[in-house]
Amino acid sequence: MTTLVIAEHDNATIKGATLNTVTAAVACGGDVHVLIAGHNASAAAQAASKIAGVAKVIHAEAPGLEHGLAENVAAQVLAIAGNYSHILFPATASGKNVAPRVAAKLDVAQISDITKVITADTFERPIYAGNAIATVQSADSVKIITVRTTGFDAAAATGGSATVETTAATADNGKSRFMGSEIAKSDRPELTAAKIIVSGGRALGSKEKFDEVMTPLADKLGAALGASRAAVDAGYAPNDWQVGQTGKIVAPQLYIAAGISGAIQHLAGMKDSKVIVAINKDPEAPIFSVADYGLEADLFTAVPELVKAL
Amino acid sequence: MKILVPVKRVVDYNVKVRVKSDGTGVDTANVKMSMNPFDEIAVEEAVRLKEKGLVTEVIAVSCGVQQCQETLRTAMAIGADRAILVETPADLDLQPLAVAKLLKALVDKEQPGLIILGKQAIDDDANQTGQMLAALADLPQATFASKVELTADSVSVTREVDGGLETLALSLPAVITTDLRLNEPRYVTLPNIMKAKKKQLDTMKPEDLGVDVTPRLKTLKVTEPAKRGAGIKVADVAALVEKLKNEAKVI
Repeated sequence: MTTLVIAEHDNATIKGATLNTVTAAVACGGDVHVLIAGHNASAAAQAASKIAGVAKVIHAEAPGLEHGLAENVAAQVLAIAGNYSHILFPATASGKNVAPRVAAKLDVAQISDITKVITADTFERPIYAGNAIATVQSADSVKIITVRTTGFDAAAATGGSATVETTAATADNGKSRFMGSEIAKSDRPELTAAKIIVSGGRALGSKEKFDEVMTPLADKLGAALGASRAAVDAGYAPNDWQVGQTGKIVAPQLYIAAGISGAIQHLAGMKDSKVIVAINKDPEAPIFSVADYGLEADLFTAVPELVKAL
Repeated sequence: MKILVPVKRVVDYNVKVRVKSDGTGVDTANVKMSMNPFDEIAVEEAVRLKEKGLVTEVIAVSCGVQQCQETLRTAMAIGADRAILVETPADLDLQPLAVAKLLKALVDKEQPGLIILGKQAIDDDANQTGQMLAALADLPQATFASKVELTADSVSVTREVDGGLETLALSLPAVITTDLRLNEPRYVTLPNIMKAKKKQLDTMKPEDLGVDVTPRLKTLKVTEPAKRGAGIKVADVAALVEKLKNEAKVI
């Protein structure tokens, strides 16, 4: 029994989500191998070989793999899938994009977004926006799984000494092409990996107010910035800051929600945070039902006061 | 060009679901059901492409119990031209792989130029069906779309990815799954609801399409998530900072 982890990387470095996925893979039992499918990605392969718990890194190298196109990456995974009992992807935008393609081609069901490995064939996963937890058992010969990164600790990025083996790259599919990307540059910690997150909602009222009120608090705490869907839809914050059922799932040490009412869909993305603080002027806001510390106040006075007090 | 739009009937997104006490699932009896919100966005996008003159016919498809007809009527009220229901028994646990196979059979039959699905259903939160369909039909895919530009032989799609946005060009036919910000679905009007009642709705069974829909995953139990301990309200910012420093020790 051997488990394959499909690494998330940018050809130079390994993304944090890969480390959480390795921990889930170790929990499945057996050896853990990591696939680096990329272009000019030997640095990423080297980094993967140092992850504690990894026995082997398989490196596939081709221009068609540079941007992680689902068609090409899935074909690459399928080329080596025969050797594995479990194939795990992080439940990130790229993992969710590729994993079901692999599962369908192997004619097996996929288990999405697992939060716990119970045995090698039984897993826990949240359904209905996290309002219920399902325990599911797979009878398929190969388990195709995406891993909710907040459900598992990160494996140590150093200490391992896996061998790196090169594998032949599969041909480009020719049906899809990468045209370009707009990746937001940020000096802040990555949202899904941050220890502290400060998140703003519709009550901020405008992009200017959002930046003016929330940024100093994030700076002060060294926190990542998040937002509710309402704030993102209104253009106060970029799309990739959205926390919730359909945005990012986070579980920081401290989550500060300012001007967020706490709809089911938002709670689904943050209710596993260790400590939740809610600042809201509506005493009836549902966010107070999950908050460890609630402050009933106008955020435009409370947040600057908080910055000053820290 | 035809567009195929799969739609799912789910528990309405505003409903706070309750886990059944025997742990077999969530209580869906007498609960308000609606079209999955991402599927509404998919239907809206297909209808807008038709209104631009790029598409000749929009076909809505649903797989599931007989009541999914209501969901299909909603799709036709938004502007879909006709609908297909693949009817399955009420006690069947219909899973994404089975739905993808049913849709693959319909793609073979109807030969659409584009298939637009929602990125995930808000009940099982799987986020699989579109990708699985693309794999089974050997088509390119663009998931989590926030912008779609269609021409006669290709489609350019901007996708929401973790760090921002990326743009892909796909040859047709292709599979697209919608993210929240692709569009704002229109409200259905009463005249359109009336007109939708007269539109064609064909019903078939999985056997008619030669598809085995046996579930592959067994749900052993469904439980309530762990409850958070009751929190407290603090009087002012000073009290909040004191609690965070000395009680929770997080800053």
